[in-house]
Amino acid sequence: MNEKRREILKTGGGFTLLSLVAAAGWLQPGVAQAADWNKAAFETKTMDETMKALGGGVPAQSKDIAFVSTPDIAENGAVVPVGVTSTIPKTESIAILIEKNPNLLAASFDIPAGTDPSISTRVKMGQSSNVYALVKADGKYYVASKEIKVTLGGCGG
Amino acid sequence: MADPMKIRASVVGDSTEVKVLMSHEMETGQRKDGQGKTIPAWHIQTVAAMWNGKTVLSAQWGPAVAKNPFLSFKFKGGAKGDKIQITWTDNRGEKRTDEAVIA
Repeated sequence: MNEKRREILKTGGGFTLLSLVAAAGWLQPGVAQAADWNKAAFETKTMDETMKALGGGVPAQSKDIAFVSTPDIAENGAVVPVGVTSTIPKTESIAILIEKNPNLLAASFDIPAGTDPSISTRVKMGQSSNVYALVKADGKYYVASKEIKVTLGGCGG
Repeated sequence: MADPMKIRASVVGDSTEVKVLMSHEMETGQRKDGQGKTIPAWHIQTVAAMWNGKTVLSAQWGPAVAKNPFLSFKFKGGAKGDKIQITWTDNRGEKRTDEAVIA
């Protein structure tokens, strides 16, 4: 009776160890793992929908979010540099939203502790539009906007 | 396989500044070809940057990020000679990881 119980425990233990090893191999330690892509959020067409998909309420206007090296007029809508810096404490994420694009959300960045709440990238704009920088800090959402005029659209077909 | 990324990482004060240029079509799914057929979307969805086994930035991108995406960010820490790793995954499931040494 006792012998058998031990054996079962042993096999059970062995199995767990094996699956742990397998899982470790699968996860490839050292290779960065990104969060799953939020399909719902990237398919939204209005600010309200985007906020709902991100799980937030109406964002508060903030003067602590700044656009850096972002042009007022972009000659080529296919390549519009956008930089966003937040000085709100505990900034967790920064997202770039373009009001008049087919889908608002262009990109979202998670800022872990130790990383500066400041990112820059390049986006496409179909036409002149308001661009929003949406910042999540300490669980709350904040927003700032800037109008960028586009001379040549970047989403034409 | 996609072309390698160009990664430049350099120490600025007590931080490391990272600049990445990726090679990707970033097709929006909005454009039409000569026959009027929609060209399917093909774009990077997730990006992650690692330093010393720690994620220093992760991002989710839609098709509105420009072709051959550029990204720059800064994180506290990092020393000359440390390695930084960037990985992207696109909506076709293709993946690419590149490494650079902080200068």
